[in-house]
Amino acid sequence: MLIASLSLPEQGVLTLAALILLSSFLLLAQVRLDSLINTFALQGALIFLATVFMAFISGKYHLLISAALTLFLKVFFIPGQLRLLVVRLNIRREVEVIGNPMLVMLFAAGLVLFSYYVALPIRELSLLSTRNTITISLAVVLIGMLMVISRRKAVAQVIGFMSMENGLFFAAVVSTHGMPMVVELGIAFDVLVAVILFGVFFFHIRTEIGSLDTDRLNHLTEVDR
Amino acid sequence: MNALYATLLLPLVGVFILAFAGHRRQAKTINLVLCTVTFATALLLALEVFRDGAILSTGKLLYVDGFNVYLILLNAFVGMTTAIFSGPYMEHEAAIGRVDAVRMRLYYSMYQGFLFTMLMALSTNNLGILWVSVEGATLATVLLVSLYRTHESIEAGWKYFIICGVGISQALFGTILVYFAAVKILPPGAEDGLLWTELHRHAADMDAGVLALAFVFLLVGYGTKVGLVPLHNWLPDAHSEGPTPMSAILSGLLLNIALYALVRFKMLVDPALGNHLAGNLMMGFGMLSFSVAGLLLHRQYDIKRMFSYSSIEHMGLMTFAFGIGGPLATFGGLLHMIVHSLTKSAIFITVGHASHIAGTQKMAQIRGLIKTQPFVGWGLMIGTVAIAGFPPFGVFTSEFLLFTATVKSYPWLAPPLVIGLAVAFTGLFRNLQPMVFGSPPADQQPVNANMWPVFIHLALVLWLGIAIPGVLAQWLNQATIMLAGRGVL
Repeated sequence: MLIASLSLPEQGVLTLAALILLSSFLLLAQVRLDSLINTFALQGALIFLATVFMAFISGKYHLLISAALTLFLKVFFIPGQLRLLVVRLNIRREVEVIGNPMLVMLFAAGLVLFSYYVALPIRELSLLSTRNTITISLAVVLIGMLMVISRRKAVAQVIGFMSMENGLFFAAVVSTHGMPMVVELGIAFDVLVAVILFGVFFFHIRTEIGSLDTDRLNHLTEVDR
Repeated sequence: MNALYATLLLPLVGVFILAFAGHRRQAKTINLVLCTVTFATALLLALEVFRDGAILSTGKLLYVDGFNVYLILLNAFVGMTTAIFSGPYMEHEAAIGRVDAVRMRLYYSMYQGFLFTMLMALSTNNLGILWVSVEGATLATVLLVSLYRTHESIEAGWKYFIICGVGISQALFGTILVYFAAVKILPPGAEDGLLWTELHRHAADMDAGVLALAFVFLLVGYGTKVGLVPLHNWLPDAHSEGPTPMSAILSGLLLNIALYALVRFKMLVDPALGNHLAGNLMMGFGMLSFSVAGLLLHRQYDIKRMFSYSSIEHMGLMTFAFGIGGPLATFGGLLHMIVHSLTKSAIFITVGHASHIAGTQKMAQIRGLIKTQPFVGWGLMIGTVAIAGFPPFGVFTSEFLLFTATVKSYPWLAPPLVIGLAVAFTGLFRNLQPMVFGSPPADQQPVNANMWPVFIHLALVLWLGIAIPGVLAQWLNQATIMLAGRGVL
């Protein structure tokens, strides 16, 4: 099946999927906090666009409500909240050193291949567009997880966590045209609360250890000292 | 039906009342009254389900059957008894200046919030809401783990938040995949593709490949929350650094909820796959958790950490039991969920008193409890005897059922099971002996302790070990029929 045989909006969704994956790689490599937050907002905007496209492809207009939620949460509220925190904690210009960025990027590329390897044998995923989009959303989730693992700064870990959430939302939109509304609202509520709690934690961590470097949270071990 | 709504609404109302009144002197009474009334309504609900069978709410959002009704009852009961303990305990913490008024409000409000999310997770019929509730339970407790704002508690809170958050995201991906498989077979336009009752009816028609993939994600996701090795790192930290009433509920109830979610999904995946893949995965992870946690019990220095590892061990055992999946093992697993909850929350309550007596959680400095305060010493002793699986306590009964099932279906797994139990037993007792019987420091004083919840729990565990009441046996048998195809009675 060729890309050209798909309708224009479907091609749009596929292109957006590729861009979302690209933004995941950008997030992984971005070392400056303010650019990191901007890239995260960009990923949110791409997912918003993809959701709007899917709403018109599927004719399920309740997706537009999900799209509006995404626009509000992922493009404005969460990045805005993070920017505010970063300013208030005075770490806007902070640059994080990623240990061995080359290896991390190669690993992320490996995760993309792994996602395809997992999804290819499934008969139900035989449609070109679903197969690619589900695979990409899985890759976005896994790369978000890699980001949580590889970063040391609490803000970067939170962005990794939220980008996993982006991947999950994208998966729901492209595979099943969104979850039932009540579930979507529940998830959005959880995300909202999580962001607020993360903000609270930033202040606690900062008060306790004087920075947001989570590597210094290392008091709890199996052996008594 | 109304009893179900009341059971869910009461804690939800409690969240808001206690958010404003949590710092007042009456807060502990309000909390206790709310929990007691919730327990009463849960009891009514249980009677209703026992009389009329499974109930499905209008709108199909809530569903209570033989499997979850007794867990709801257990949840409300342990919530109530822990509330009895939590009042004086938190007063003591406030008196020694570890928490201020704002944090007391947070504590009480989130105590109810935590109960609400757990009851919601148990009673919902929608697998998406199930996920939202389990995640909500994390969010409700994460600030309670770091309530004392020490370096260690903030570290524990952050670890809990990130590891459970990331873990549970995998479960959402699994849920999306299940929904994906469901919309392919359900009539177009149907909005009920996430309703467990619908999915269970059509389970055999769903695509096996998608569901197998989904189950792996669900196992990793909810498994993180169950505390399965190697995803368990957050658990000992979160359970040891938070206030002790929270440790009691986390260990006693929250782990059960995650396992419940996993078993519900297993019921969907098994007919679709037609093989034992889900069971094998659960057996593997369960056995691994059981063995590793048993060994790690020997290395502990903090009393709450030690009992957290004991929780991992028992959750591993239950996962293993549901993995084997025959009627005998399933019945054992279901019974173990109850007796472990009761025993473990009793132990944590006792441990809370013990650490107040000694002024520390370090086991090396807790000595001679039985001389200073006999009830606390005996409570800890009997509790540990019960959790280690001695007859005639209920833990022995369920472990014996599990052992019998293992010998029957997988004889080669029986030796590791017995060795693991022995290793865990020695790990617990080598630390327990001096704490209970050693000679107390000269200036050690008894504290104001209410041991009633502990002895009620332990008496129940004893009762379940000697004679399971007919009502409960019927429920467990019903649940076993649902899970394993046929009952044991």
